[in-house]
Amino acid sequence: MHDAHHAEPTGFLSRVVFSRDHKVIAKQFLLLGLLFLGLGGVLALLIRWQLAFPGKPVPIVGQYLFSATAGAISPEGYTMLFTMHGTIMIFFAITPMLIGAFGNLCIPLMIGARDMAFPFLNMLSFWVAAASGVVLAGSFFVEGGAAMAGWTAYPPLSGATATPGLGQTLWAVSLFLGGVSTLMGAINYVTTILMLRAPGMGFFRMPLSVWGLGLAAVLNILFVPVIAAALLMLILDRVANTGFFVSGAQPGSAGDPLLFQHLFWIFGHPEVYILILPAWGIVSDLLAVFSRKPAFGFKATAIAMSSIVVLSTVVYGHHMYTVGLSPGLGKAFMSLTMLISIPSSVLFLNWLGTIWRGSIRLEPAMLFALGVVFVFGMGGLTGLFLGAITTDIYLHDTAFVVGHFHYTMAASVLFGSLAAIYFWFPKMFGRMLCPELARLHFWFTFLPLNLVFFPMLIEGYGGMPRRLYEPTSYKYLVQFQPVNQLITFAAMVLGLAQLIFVWNVARSLWAGERAPANPWEATTLEWLTPSPPPHENFDVIPDVHRGPHEHSRPDVPDRDWIGQWESQAPETPLTPPAPPSDSEAVAV
Amino acid sequence: MQAEATIDSLPVPHAHSEPSAGKVGMWIFLVTDALSFGGLLIGYASLRSWSPTWPVPSSVLDIPLTALNTFVLICSSVSMVLAVSAAETGDRKSVIRWLGATVAGGLCFLSIQAYEYHHLISGGLSLSSSLFGATFFTLTGFHGAHVASGVLYLSTLLCGVLAGKFVGHGDSHIEIAGLFWHFVDLIWILIFTFVYLV
Ligand SMILES: [Cu+2]
Repeated sequence: MHDAHHAEPTGFLSRVVFSRDHKVIAKQFLLLGLLFLGLGGVLALLIRWQLAFPGKPVPIVGQYLFSATAGAISPEGYTMLFTMHGTIMIFFAITPMLIGAFGNLCIPLMIGARDMAFPFLNMLSFWVAAASGVVLAGSFFVEGGAAMAGWTAYPPLSGATATPGLGQTLWAVSLFLGGVSTLMGAINYVTTILMLRAPGMGFFRMPLSVWGLGLAAVLNILFVPVIAAALLMLILDRVANTGFFVSGAQPGSAGDPLLFQHLFWIFGHPEVYILILPAWGIVSDLLAVFSRKPAFGFKATAIAMSSIVVLSTVVYGHHMYTVGLSPGLGKAFMSLTMLISIPSSVLFLNWLGTIWRGSIRLEPAMLFALGVVFVFGMGGLTGLFLGAITTDIYLHDTAFVVGHFHYTMAASVLFGSLAAIYFWFPKMFGRMLCPELARLHFWFTFLPLNLVFFPMLIEGYGGMPRRLYEPTSYKYLVQFQPVNQLITFAAMVLGLAQLIFVWNVARSLWAGERAPANPWEATTLEWLTPSPPPHENFDVIPDVHRGPHEHSRPDVPDRDWIGQWESQAPETPLTPPAPPSDSEAVAV
Repeated sequence: MQAEATIDSLPVPHAHSEPSAGKVGMWIFLVTDALSFGGLLIGYASLRSWSPTWPVPSSVLDIPLTALNTFVLICSSVSMVLAVSAAETGDRKSVIRWLGATVAGGLCFLSIQAYEYHHLISGGLSLSSSLFGATFFTLTGFHGAHVASGVLYLSTLLCGVLAGKFVGHGDSHIEIAGLFWHFVDLIWILIFTFVYLV
């Protein structure tokens, strides 16, 4: 695979549909993720409608979606909405986008490989993911509707007695399939990184994006099988009446609902890092590129990310402070959780160090990367209150938790994905996106997003429970109704703003300016090869001579970057010089 | 800014260095598969330790029969080792013989397990009869599914060998399959210990 060229397949099916080319599979995952992002977003808006205007018919779409209740959302419908919103966003939007799409695109290109180690397995990974998406989307249409037990699916809520419908079973089956797909991807990613690096590409010369994606794959390999086991037991509980999790289903059984919570969070906490590690890596690289500086504390960042991976395996108990863990155990989990703030702070300060006194180019990808710095800061700081037992007992299951994890998950990871799209779109599709529209998209996403999630922190502090169907049913929550309406209006603006993005992408694919090989004057290997890269990526596998962020070296004349593939500072550029692209024209 | 000096290069793998990508991939798969058994075993251990009633395994299960079955599986691991070393030296006839023996061992294991299931189910034990039944059938069934896929995997390789492939120095197909087969064997020893003996 490494040296020998393989002929490019020619048929439509083998080139576009059942392709084994990592770049095509990346596009497939991106499309899958964006479609589900749209669906998850619509569900979020419906949730927001109910919270702002409880019991009022949903305008326009309500008559079709909720015809039985004259367009209003029923309590069951509401639980279905928030269950499916969470599930879709985490497992079917963010995961395919960051890990599926950018894992596939970036890993081989950035380490100088012709493809993944196992191209067939890679193709299978996408199609299993697509099948699991079909099962999940199909579950909306079965009798009784889709899953209703929350994205965490705690038994007994997710047991056959509480949610007898087929939807909840399909939910578990779909997640199981999604896990299988993720594992196929993760095995591929780790093997590729270990085995297929170009000559000279030592671990500490790999871009931080590859570090983040690789570490996320390691966590997937270790913890997805645990949730798969839990899902298998849940499915058996539902279809074969085994009673693993539901106590008292049959005489003599002592099924343990808490067992599911343990297994779920053994996976669930690392899952947070599985999603955010790629975003961290990508942001670390992008900040360096657009600050025209080497990433500050490159090795420290890589080591901080690795130590977070290690720590993340032993802190899951912080999701279970209120279930009656022994206090000693709770304290142990709290101390370990607080330890994570050390590497997180290293990472965060390194980002600031990278930007510090850089010649910042505010390209759209950089705006989104800076957005990640801000929203991840918010997410991290609010996390402290939930990691500490004393404050968590008060804040547990309130809107504060919702605000917190949306800052880390929805905001940080989504912004990371968007930064990645704006950065690598020219490489993927060979076309430039319109930077003005992209800036508009950024501001109309960043500002409303904060108006959506910051007020949730306040509401939660004021005692508003999460997953609440009718906020006005509690007297003390009536005062928050204007806040709820503000959040909902901001969410609508946020949703509409994504149309700018859709338009930008469509316009660019149709009539966008052709992208040069290296529009951002970046230094990593994917910018050596044309945009889009040819079949098998590189004419000749490049030799790697230096680290991934060599910007503004005093010994390199005339330009502020030198590629990893360049053996020496060129008197005259070795590669075709980056044409005076509009990236310079629009740089602020 | 002397990056060339500060970023030291680590040892860099060659394109065709040992071990092969296939072997590394299989090892990683085995880690993940071991942890899926780990999840089920955690569940088993915690349910059993909290359960007020748990039968003594030997009062329900036929230990001598399963001990025999364990022996069959261990023998099939031995024949797998012989198949791998024959493949390494390019002795096609021996590969066919020992790979065939391994497949036969796997089929024998599955048949005895099927007989055991039939016996237990007619005795009233099932997935839904008790937590003992639920954990027993889930764990042994999940393992049995592994043996069955292993038999399919090895049979495919055997067909390939009969068609003239996979044998000779530098071809690691059979060695990689051997890793999987030994893993399945090892997991069985854990299950036999925790579910049948303890
Ligand atoms: Cu956590």
